[in-house]
Formats: sequence, structure tokens, C-alpha cells
Amino acid sequence: MATTAIPSETKWWSGGKSPFNSSYGKVMMWYFLMSDAFTFGAFLISYGTIRFSVNHWADPNHVFNAFPFAGHANLPLAFVSLMTFILIFSSVTMVLAVHEGHNMNRKGVEKYMILTILGGIAFLSCQAWEWTHLLTGEHVALLTDGTLGVIPTTVKMNPWGAELDHTTMMSALQKTSHDQLIGIASSLHHGTEAIGHSISTLSNQELINEITAAPGFHATHSGPIAFGGYFFGITGFHGFHVFSGVIINIVMYLKTKLGHFDKRGHYEMIEKAGLYWHFVDLVWVFVFLCFYLV
Amino acid sequence: MSSQTSSPEITFQPDHSGGTSRIWKIFWVLSVLTIIELALGYFLYLKSGQLSDIVVLSTKCVIGILTLAKAYYIVSVFMHLGDEVRNLIMTIVVPLVLFVWFIIAFLYDGNSWKNLRNTNAGSKPNQIEQVHKEVIEK
Repeated sequence: MATTAIPSETKWWSGGKSPFNSSYGKVMMWYFLMSDAFTFGAFLISYGTIRFSVNHWADPNHVFNAFPFAGHANLPLAFVSLMTFILIFSSVTMVLAVHEGHNMNRKGVEKYMILTILGGIAFLSCQAWEWTHLLTGEHVALLTDGTLGVIPTTVKMNPWGAELDHTTMMSALQKTSHDQLIGIASSLHHGTEAIGHSISTLSNQELINEITAAPGFHATHSGPIAFGGYFFGITGFHGFHVFSGVIINIVMYLKTKLGHFDKRGHYEMIEKAGLYWHFVDLVWVFVFLCFYLV
Repeated sequence: MSSQTSSPEITFQPDHSGGTSRIWKIFWVLSVLTIIELALGYFLYLKSGQLSDIVVLSTKCVIGILTLAKAYYIVSVFMHLGDEVRNLIMTIVVPLVLFVWFIIAFLYDGNSWKNLRNTNAGSKPNQIEQVHKEVIEK
């Protein structure tokens, strides 16, 4: 192996060699990642500023408590832990691919690139499920016109405000229209058709009685308006990075398979793709902290 | 097997002859740190409403520090920045120090915004609600 220990008296700046001891492409990848870190940092700090500026913010343990196929079980942190471990594991397979590249082992690079790509696709699928769950999962909340309604989490509204006290809830129910009351009542029965037909014949007061008597019924203020925009914006921007990382990894896999890097005599492109992929994992560590843990 | 020097800019090829044991070690370090973070997050969830502000804040700070430790291991080992020469490490890491100012200044700003919101000089939330009610009643 052409490995040389770096003599301590090396004069890096006296000319004749690169002071960074690194190829042009790799240094530029580092600078790109640094600028991307500032972009993500600016997004997350802006989110922090707005979150600090309001009296009530959405409680992540309440917002992100669902798990696929687990119905309405309350499982805070569970799904996002799965996503985190998927990304950590795909980072490990990426660094193993880089390692095989250093040893000029094409088969090894191919195997670990495939695993990394699968990890990326698994992560994106998880994110797609989570977004769908938030965009379609409706909860009862106080709307801006003073009535109650069932709303999902979007960039315009969300039901993640503080719990309504009983008096406010009752007076809001009195103002709520017949159609909205039917919507609330059927959401409590999870839209069962049989019940859906019978409740449409009830009067407003009967509907209110039905709703308040339903087990586990609760209503909240509508949540901080910025929550959806920040959540979908930042996880979406990160998800787009994962997506482009998967595309880059697929290209790298094909180039490995076609023997381009063997012809070139080195696997440095795998290292550069690896830098990007690890950066995606790095950003997730901070997204995980800011949106789910604290 | 030997890896060739991939470009003329590289004077000293870093040593890549080691096995994969270091990679797997860092994988376990990252996993354990994540599990500790999750345990602390779950602790905050179970005890929510029962803990004093200072306990909540310090637990969140510990989680933040563990996150920085994870970031260090990812950058240093997985991205091999730790194997690069000091010149390159410094040109990447030093600009990131800007984040220290960035975070302090903006979170302080957010907090003062909240304080202003809750005074008569700002738009006190309960006042807004009252105005809102009046509008609805009309």
C-alpha cells in the first residue's frame, strides 16, 4: 500500500504541493457541504426563533405518536427512531463501500452500494408514510371563526394547540354548524358507515350530546400556524437531499458495475458520493433533535 | 492490493489499510448515543408537567450535547475528516463557529419577541381572543 506517514516538518505552504493534501473534487465537495450546512442551519435556527417566540408550540410526543399498522396506539418517538436507525445503518454501509473502494474490491463496493440505496429508499418510504399520516389524520380543533372542526396538519393549519377548557369547548360547539358537527361525530366513530347514516338525522343538540359523551373526546386550540410550514419545509428539504443522494448512489453503483472506476484506477467518486450521503445523515441527526426530541 | 494516488494534489496518501472494526465500533457508539437520547426524550414525555423548568432545560441540553457528539463521530470517522491534514480540517470547521453566534442571537431574539408579545406594548394573546370574541358576537 502506498501509504506514507506525513513528516512533521512538512512545509505545506511553501509551494509545489496542495496544502490540503486532497484532490480538487473532494475539497469542493467539502465546501459545497459546508454551504449546505449553513442553509440547513439557517432553516433550523429560523424554526427555533419562531418556536421561542410563541407561548405554545406543538408537543412532538403528541404529534408524532403513530406507527404503521399500529392503529391508534400511542407510541411517541417509536417511528422516528426506526427512521433514525435506518439512516445510521445506511451510513455504515456507505462507509463500508468506501472502504472496499480503497481496497479496489469492485464486488464489495457493489454489494454495499446496493445496501445503501435500499436504506435510502426505506427512509424515503417511512417519510412518505409519516407525511401522509399527518396530511390525512384529522383532529378536532377550534377554528379561527370560533367554531369546532376536524382539521389535518398542513402548511396552513394544524390541530396541535393547547387543550380547550370545558366552557370554551361548549360555547364553540353551540356555534358550530350542523355539517361540521356531523363531521366531528363521524370522525369520533372513525367514519363507520352505519353510524354515519344514523347521525345525519340527529339535531344539533343531539349531535353535541353524542360528541361530548364519546369516550376520549377532546378538542384543542388550533396549533401554531408556522408548525406545518417548518415541519414540511425542513423535512421536505432533507427528504429531497435523501432522494438526490439515492439517485447519485444509483449512478455510482452503475459506474462501479460498468468498471469505470477500475479503469480509472481509483474509487474516489465513491468517496465523494459517500461524503454527500453522510452529510444527509448528519443533517438528520439535527432534524431529529429539533423536531422530535426537544 | 494497493490504491493508487488518485490525483497529483495528494502528496501523502492517507492510511486506509485498517480493517472495518473501527467503522463498526463507531456504529455502536452512534446507536448507543441515539438510544440514550431516546431514553431522555421518553423520560421528558413520561414526566411532562411534573418537572421543573430547569430540569427540562438541562435534559434538553444534555440531548443537544449528545447530538453534537454524534455529529463529531459522523464527520470525523465516517466522512474521514479526521484523517485529513490539519489545513483542510480547519478550513471546514472554523467557519462553522459562526453557528455559535447565530444560535445565541436568534434564539435570544425569539425569546424577546415572546416577552414583547405578552406585554401591553405587544399583542397580548388574551386581548386578541377578547377582540376576536367580540367580532364573532357581532
